[in-house]
Amino acid sequence: MKSLLLSTSLAVLMAVPAYAGKAFISNERGNTITVVNTETWEVEAEFFAGNRPRGITASPDGSVIYVCASDDNLVRVFDSTTYEELPSLPSGPDPELFILEPSGKRLYIANEDDNLVTVTDTETRTILAEVPVGVEPEGMGMSPDAKFVVNTSETTNMAHFISTEDYTIKHNILVDQRPRYAQYTADGSRLFVTSEIGGTVSVMDIAEDGTPTLVHKISFEVAGVQPEWLQPVGAKVTSDGRRLFVALGPANRVAVVDAQSLEVLDYILVGQRVWQLDFTPDEKYLLTTNGNSNDITVIDVAKEQAIRSIQVGQQPWGVVTIE
Amino acid sequence: MFRLHTSLAAAFAVFLSAGAALAIEVKAAVLRIDYPTLLPVSRYDLPPDDLGFAGAALADEDNGTTGGFLGHTYETITVAVPPEDADAAMAKILEDGIRLVVLQSRKEDLLRLTDQAAEAGALVFNARAADNGLRDDACRANLLHTAPSHGMKADAVAQFAVWKKWTDWFLIAGSNPQDMALAEAYRKAAGKFGARIVEDRSFEDTGGSRRTDSGYVMVQRQLPTFTQRAEDHDVVIAADETDYFARFLSYHLWTPRPVLGSGGLVPTSFHGAHEAYGAMQYQTRFEALTGRYVRAEDYNVWLALRVVGEAVTRANTADPEGVRNYALSDEFELAAFKGQKVTFRDWNGQLRQPILLHDGMITVSVSPQEGFLHQTSPLDTMGLDRPESRCTAFE
Repeated sequence: MKSLLLSTSLAVLMAVPAYAGKAFISNERGNTITVVNTETWEVEAEFFAGNRPRGITASPDGSVIYVCASDDNLVRVFDSTTYEELPSLPSGPDPELFILEPSGKRLYIANEDDNLVTVTDTETRTILAEVPVGVEPEGMGMSPDAKFVVNTSETTNMAHFISTEDYTIKHNILVDQRPRYAQYTADGSRLFVTSEIGGTVSVMDIAEDGTPTLVHKISFEVAGVQPEWLQPVGAKVTSDGRRLFVALGPANRVAVVDAQSLEVLDYILVGQRVWQLDFTPDEKYLLTTNGNSNDITVIDVAKEQAIRSIQVGQQPWGVVTIE
Repeated sequence: MFRLHTSLAAAFAVFLSAGAALAIEVKAAVLRIDYPTLLPVSRYDLPPDDLGFAGAALADEDNGTTGGFLGHTYETITVAVPPEDADAAMAKILEDGIRLVVLQSRKEDLLRLTDQAAEAGALVFNARAADNGLRDDACRANLLHTAPSHGMKADAVAQFAVWKKWTDWFLIAGSNPQDMALAEAYRKAAGKFGARIVEDRSFEDTGGSRRTDSGYVMVQRQLPTFTQRAEDHDVVIAADETDYFARFLSYHLWTPRPVLGSGGLVPTSFHGAHEAYGAMQYQTRFEALTGRYVRAEDYNVWLALRVVGEAVTRANTADPEGVRNYALSDEFELAAFKGQKVTFRDWNGQLRQPILLHDGMITVSVSPQEGFLHQTSPLDTMGLDRPESRCTAFE
């Protein structure tokens, strides 16, 4: 215990006093964004973010935060330093989740009620295209080369592969019930799609030209937890492609998966109804939003352990971090 | 209209490039028998003209969107008839080549029409009748049930009451045969989960006059005296399938107690205020399409046609035998906005599903309740379990 304390304090002393990173958490029920300092883990601010804020992301340089204000039918935009609201982006009705291409120019938004993916230009603030997809589009992933956007439709139960060149669907892959989230590996060779009600993660190998092949389904098992409550939602892969973390919703756990062998290694107990995940930019920590306990859990990625929880707003949904 | 065009075009392009998909035209029918009945106790319960049919319209939209990517199209016709025209209506449906039929009818008509459909090799979904017998010795091999049974609903209520430790029950049953059948389900549920029926009374159906100015005056005088001198009880359980007294009970008891069952806290497969488990999306879609709140009947029909949709999508079959086999197989699963997948019991064709407990405004709870365990699925703690069912048509 003593040596642990010593090493921790040493680590703190030796830490480069770089400008503190921040995590922005969208609170679905509280209609706010909570800002957490990722060095001190203190809540720095909470500000109004529109009605029913869910999906949240940041511009590539971290200067701007985008949030899906689902009940306002638009994407609200905030300055990440001053938290001042900037002009909104059109999103189409009921935006839930979105993904920003690496250049920061085009935002791909899932419109849950209208079976559409809307493509919005963040500079001109205009809608470039509407792509019809399956029923209840939700999850949005993007291949690292930015050539494909993957949308998952919760009632159709497909992953739709949309070309970012001509906005048409090139491939549809059926997955298990209620797909929630799509996440590519950093090298683009694999795609993971979580299925909340199916209780699985579909694993696809991605060919050079972006063609997907369904190769495996990961399932979960926790002693003492009913299988019905193991509901995969958010997912993130480490950039070295070694580990996949999967939020298991009402099971209140994050699964740690060997992203190579696809074996489930461990389950980390976090807050209640764990929903979305994001790494800090240095990938030292993984943050989880816990919708029912109104907090976030910080996981030490190297140790694969939960280290602390921080109270945020009402019903935290999404999280994004910046340097 | 423009959107429809683009969606079809986009879907078609992918369907062609995929090459392997097989075009399937899925035709189904919803047949509803409209029985002559008295007005419901509450005006809020007046049945809309498109009861059940609205669920079919939404299912066609949902299935059709998915089908667009696979080359599958869905068309469901809806027929409402008085009881005397039911057989002819079924004959016409079968003549038109339709082999997937959703029925909204009572038990006797359901059985006769199901047998008529069986002769043509058609598969029937029961979206209304709750009688336990249909899942028991009166089951049929070509009959699947998306409507929950009396047993499932009574068990859902019983689990909640027992979870609350409200184990002493005052059962009040109506005097019509349907009421008595429901009361029997509550007696069985009490035995199953360790509750005691400390008082068991029948409230005679002598006709009511609630619409007259003095109607409530009579109710206010009659019900307290009717419920007087009952053994000490925690709750009142109402079995009133014909809907003539249960809704009055809550504020007219001699001893103030919560009411559950046909009044107060009511078990249902779905209702228009249910929000959790992604149901908001379902509610929004349903209301945009139909201009009203969803009823359990709509949801039951929607479920039946979604089962068909899943079979077509996953097993590439719209053939009644193929749909049935897929639905009863281990591969089948369906997300139904109730927090866990729904599947079929392969011993009697009943869809296992969570039951919502609704107070008329909100979802108060969802059964099965925590702590009621089962070796196969907690959902099988509600309704007829494999060893209990005398159904042999599925062997």
